[in-house]
Amino acid sequence: MPYNPALVAPMREEMTKMGASELTTIADVDAVLGDQRGTTLVFVNSVCGCAAGNARPALRLALEHPVKPQQIVTVFAGQDLEATLRARQYFAEYQPSSPSMALVRDGEVVHFVHRHQIEGKSPQTVAANLVAAFDRYCGAAV
Amino acid sequence: MSPVSGHVFHPGHHELHGVTVVLETNGPRTYVGRFDSQDQRGVLLHDVGVHDASGGAPSREEFLRRSAKFGIRAEHKDLLVPGDQVVRITRFSDAAGEE
Repeated sequence: MPYNPALVAPMREEMTKMGASELTTIADVDAVLGDQRGTTLVFVNSVCGCAAGNARPALRLALEHPVKPQQIVTVFAGQDLEATLRARQYFAEYQPSSPSMALVRDGEVVHFVHRHQIEGKSPQTVAANLVAAFDRYCGAAV
Repeated sequence: MSPVSGHVFHPGHHELHGVTVVLETNGPRTYVGRFDSQDQRGVLLHDVGVHDASGGAPSREEFLRRSAKFGIRAEHKDLLVPGDQVVRITRFSDAAGEE
């Protein structure tokens, strides 16, 4: 059952403020990932404060890096159920967890950050993981 | 009394609450899941993957390595592991050798 929209509104806003586009329907997801080109980071948002409370600030920090994905999108696990399920079909090789992040380049998942790689870590540590992936996969010389 | 941490989202919970752990038992099974709580009945985990060393499966190390890379294939949404079976509980990120 989805959470109270009022509860998750600040968590959505935190994402959109950093430039992420919300994908709330299957059509939204397919429009972005169906024929994906370039680099896109998919952030699977979550209400879990233990991990998502670090994951969102981590992404915000990572996006201050000069090299970053061309597009940031987000689905909300436990809230936008169909959109989240659809997004996960595009990285079905990876078991679902939330929060999590998938970096997709030309339709291929090139880097994945699972929940277990976020929980208990500082935003700076998680951001460093992301920045390393951005440098590796999002630079001009890839 | 359970140890608590000021760093968790849910004050008063066990310090491992919400953390993915490896739970080793005194039998062939090893569990990987999200720690919820521990009491006199045992340890409650969520979204639990299972390695059974008696089942001809890949080694426990390979199971942990694959779980670290591709995520945990949850076989149980919720699982209570009886306390008398629990040998050791380790943070998964430590067991998997992640930074």
